[in-house]
Amino acid sequence: MAVEQQPSSAPAKAALWRRPVFRSTVFQVLLVLVIVYVGNSLLSNTLHNLHQRGISTGFDFLSNAAGFGIVQSLIDYQETDTFARTFLVGLVNTLLVSFLGILFATVIGFIMDVARLSKNWLIAKLAMVYIETFRNIPLLLQILFWYFIVLNKLPLPRQSMNLADVFFINKRGLYLPSPIFESGFWVVGVAILVAIVAVIFIARWARARQERTGEQFHTVYASLAVLFSLPVLAYFAAGSPVGWEIPELKGFNFKGGFVVIPELAALLLALSVYTAAFIAEAVRSGILAVSHGQTEAAYALGLRPGPTLRLVIIPQALRVIIPQLTSQYLNLTKNSSLATAVGYPDLVSVFAGTTLNQTGQAIEVIAMTMAVYLTISLTISLLMNWYNKKKQLVER
Amino acid sequence: MKKLFALTSAIALLTSVSSAVYAGVTLDAVKKKGFIQCGVNTGVPGFAGTDDKGTWKGIDVDVCRAAAAAIFGDASKVQYTPLTAKERFTALQSGEIDILSRNTTWTLTRDTSLGLNFAGVNYYDGQGFMVKKSLGVSSAKELDGASFCIQAGTTTELNLTDYFRANNMAYTPITFDTSPETAAAFDAGRCDALTSDQSQLYALRIQLKDPEGAVVLPEIISKEPLGPVVRQGDDEWFNIVRWSLYAMINAEELGVSSANIDELAASTKDPNILRLLGQEGIKGKGMGLEDNWAVNIIKQVGNYGEIFERNVGQDSPLKIARGINALWNKGGIQYAPPIR
Amino acid sequence: MIKNNGFLPALPPPSTSVGVIGWLRQNLFPSPLNTVLTILAIYLIYLVTVPTVSWVFLNADWVGESRNACTSGGACWVFVAARFDLFMYGFYPESEYWRINLAFAILALLLVLLNIRQVPRRGWLAAFTLIGYPVVAFYLFSGGLFGLDEVETSRWGGLSLTLVLSGVGIVASLPIGIVLALGRNSQMPIVKAVSIVFIEFWRGVPLITVLFMSSVMLPLFLPEGTSFDKLLRAMIGIVLFESAYMAEVVRGGLAAIPRGQYEAAKALGLNYWKSMVLIILPQALKLVIPGIVNTFIALFKDTTLVLIIGLFDLLTTIEAGFKDSNWLGYAVEGYVFAALIYWIFCFSMSRYSQNLERKLHTGHAR
Repeated sequence: MAVEQQPSSAPAKAALWRRPVFRSTVFQVLLVLVIVYVGNSLLSNTLHNLHQRGISTGFDFLSNAAGFGIVQSLIDYQETDTFARTFLVGLVNTLLVSFLGILFATVIGFIMDVARLSKNWLIAKLAMVYIETFRNIPLLLQILFWYFIVLNKLPLPRQSMNLADVFFINKRGLYLPSPIFESGFWVVGVAILVAIVAVIFIARWARARQERTGEQFHTVYASLAVLFSLPVLAYFAAGSPVGWEIPELKGFNFKGGFVVIPELAALLLALSVYTAAFIAEAVRSGILAVSHGQTEAAYALGLRPGPTLRLVIIPQALRVIIPQLTSQYLNLTKNSSLATAVGYPDLVSVFAGTTLNQTGQAIEVIAMTMAVYLTISLTISLLMNWYNKKKQLVER
Repeated sequence: MKKLFALTSAIALLTSVSSAVYAGVTLDAVKKKGFIQCGVNTGVPGFAGTDDKGTWKGIDVDVCRAAAAAIFGDASKVQYTPLTAKERFTALQSGEIDILSRNTTWTLTRDTSLGLNFAGVNYYDGQGFMVKKSLGVSSAKELDGASFCIQAGTTTELNLTDYFRANNMAYTPITFDTSPETAAAFDAGRCDALTSDQSQLYALRIQLKDPEGAVVLPEIISKEPLGPVVRQGDDEWFNIVRWSLYAMINAEELGVSSANIDELAASTKDPNILRLLGQEGIKGKGMGLEDNWAVNIIKQVGNYGEIFERNVGQDSPLKIARGINALWNKGGIQYAPPIR
Repeated sequence: MIKNNGFLPALPPPSTSVGVIGWLRQNLFPSPLNTVLTILAIYLIYLVTVPTVSWVFLNADWVGESRNACTSGGACWVFVAARFDLFMYGFYPESEYWRINLAFAILALLLVLLNIRQVPRRGWLAAFTLIGYPVVAFYLFSGGLFGLDEVETSRWGGLSLTLVLSGVGIVASLPIGIVLALGRNSQMPIVKAVSIVFIEFWRGVPLITVLFMSSVMLPLFLPEGTSFDKLLRAMIGIVLFESAYMAEVVRGGLAAIPRGQYEAAKALGLNYWKSMVLIILPQALKLVIPGIVNTFIALFKDTTLVLIIGLFDLLTTIEAGFKDSNWLGYAVEGYVFAALIYWIFCFSMSRYSQNLERKLHTGHAR
């Protein structure tokens, strides 16, 4: 038969549509076409709809005067400022609550973790109860709950809780004295800079000495001493250049000083208590992930428990902990958008809420809001990927 | 993300947008689905809210019911979307709802740059203040330095700013998403005063733990004509909503009510009433409706006076007097163009 | 004569190091610092428990019709009892409650059967639970077929709505998540790029903005006149959001499979889909079941956010309950009840996932 006698030395070429390269190319081209089509039709629908309904478009609205007040602003803000300014105010408030939340959550989380791994049965169980309780209740519910408690259990301004006539707590917030920096304060600033530089040098010197002679140096204590003592010395040397503005009850409310509004307090409390439960779990899983053999090996080498933890366990645990920790931080930042439920003026509440409503330009406003969160999370993701690459165990 | 940027920048290019006329789209869509989607407040007694059985009631709700009666001959063919102040315009712009009847103030910006049209005024209101009696304040002028609970995304927020700027006083705004939240925060003492449309103040007052402990101050600091809103560009739909409201006002002026309409229909010689009832003159054709559209409204929903008294007036817990909402010939400013 | 060719029998350990005392010494009072901590902890427990117990149980009011029954100063559970049906079923018509009950009873039965090893053909059962059951449940909920009255989605509410939202979320986001994870690991650059953009976009934005977009802005993006159910739109938002998280969980599983498995599959001459479906995914998915359950827990808690777009889930219904002027002032009872329900669900799921983790720990993880 003629067919069978064909030379078969070269492998038979697969039909075109069976070749992986061809298939993947076709598939990808199709995918691109679908995406372009969907994207295009969404775009044209939107433009058509906006056009037909006579909805204003564009970013011109950002330069119009906002005309509404915002309860808390770290940057200068007046009602006559523009909508663009409200964006900034909201952004700064979001960053503030995220930053403080991350700080508190980390501290509480680590404390809870230490407690959970403690040999003291009662303490360990209490920490477990804390973690299992707060982890398993929705954050929104916790925010509403704390806000309700804060509002209902605290006294009215005229019956404020009073600490040393300097701190006041009432339904309107926690009033703290605020520092006023006087002219000589630059001396303290310089001292702080000098202290930081000194710490870097001490660390380098100590490391070099250890590598040369094997002797260790208490870098941490020395650094803390320098960091603390230099600015304090400078402060007194410059003649205490910081004054304090004490809050005072004037009219209906306290004036002056620095105020933590109850919305911020409730949000912060809920965010940090909730996230801390997850952080404690992340840290624990990281430490437990390091095989017990490592601890035994370290003891066999004669390391004491302290250095074992510091030099052997933690560096290995960090590989597991850091990515989880970062994702918790990211979650916290995104969860801070729940502020809108209690009226804390964050980005979503001020900009994607009031500004959106006053201008009616939903697409632009929501796009800007999403872009902010995306930027934050992509930046952190990139950093994270870089870190993971660096720390990855090399397989084979 | 890139797609979004492309989208927004493309939109940014379209700086001037003219509104095209696309008459009939909304009415056809509404007829096809068999009901009106009506955006209402999440809950303000007298304006919109559900009773124990989950039925929507209120003066704003009745505007939507009137439109449904005019179109379908059945006032119950309405579905309600409770909206916060923040969501309301987006929901209407996007086509999520057909009528926005949610104590919304008619302003120039809203009428011109949001792609919306106000179809009329079903309640003339003004912004006022409510304070706790224990504060010892009898006028808004004494509120320098006070903090205010406000609903976010309302004209109230802007008026408050204007008022305090004009009087050179300081204030702290504390904003909430919905009006029950605002009231709850005021009740809990988060702020010294609550500011809102005066009709709402009375409504919110009866929801406080101690209604007697709060007073509404006499000052009214703004004009708040509240009315139903529709999308710009659909004139047919706009006309139906506008004239459903005007039919109720005209009915009150002509003395036609749900109680006497059958009797009048049989006996009256008054050409004004005959025109209203669709027995003479223009009838419903111009709006694409049945001839007895107004009869259905009055029978099922009532005339303006009836819905006012039932929802916010003497027959309701709010007991708000007609005031400027009385008819023009009875000392108020409610005035509807004639049906002819 | 003393016989000394054996050991003396071991003495029992001192009474202070065994039994209750020994345990106490070892676990509660091993050092002065720990003693102080233990005492502080006991004091803390006392401070918290005594008022809580008296508020929740001893001084609470349990029976009655209205707020007048709440006189004893403790918790007013009458509020919860009076509105219990509303909390569970929302505005669903009372005569049709049995349909919701039946749907959840079937689900419970399926879940129980799935967890009994002796049940034959568990694979098919699982497939039915994931594919067939949602259809059955949907018709039970919405009706309109076989003589059941139609119940519009706007009347769904309470705990059943929360469960529907999270159930749909998990069933729909798992397959999308798997596809995305495979896409992200793909050799095809465009597929990979699209998957990465998709995943990072949804993971990067807060759920609130997603819900806002899907609930009020979506019709702007669609051809004129298209409109669909508000609940469905919220679901789409939730599914897109959660599928990105799911993709990352699945990707973690894929990464944990040793490269040898991929190579072995190739060596056997399996093509991409066969090697994925037959070799890699079964192992990877098994590895990440705990992760999937954790995502589900997160999803379950996230459904509370629909409060902000005005869907009446459990939390919203409870909030609406204590804002009703008849029950003003019983917010704490409401919050505690809501917290308890969410906690029971989340805690039992997390325990279940820990169980699975132990059971499935067959040594693939590095």
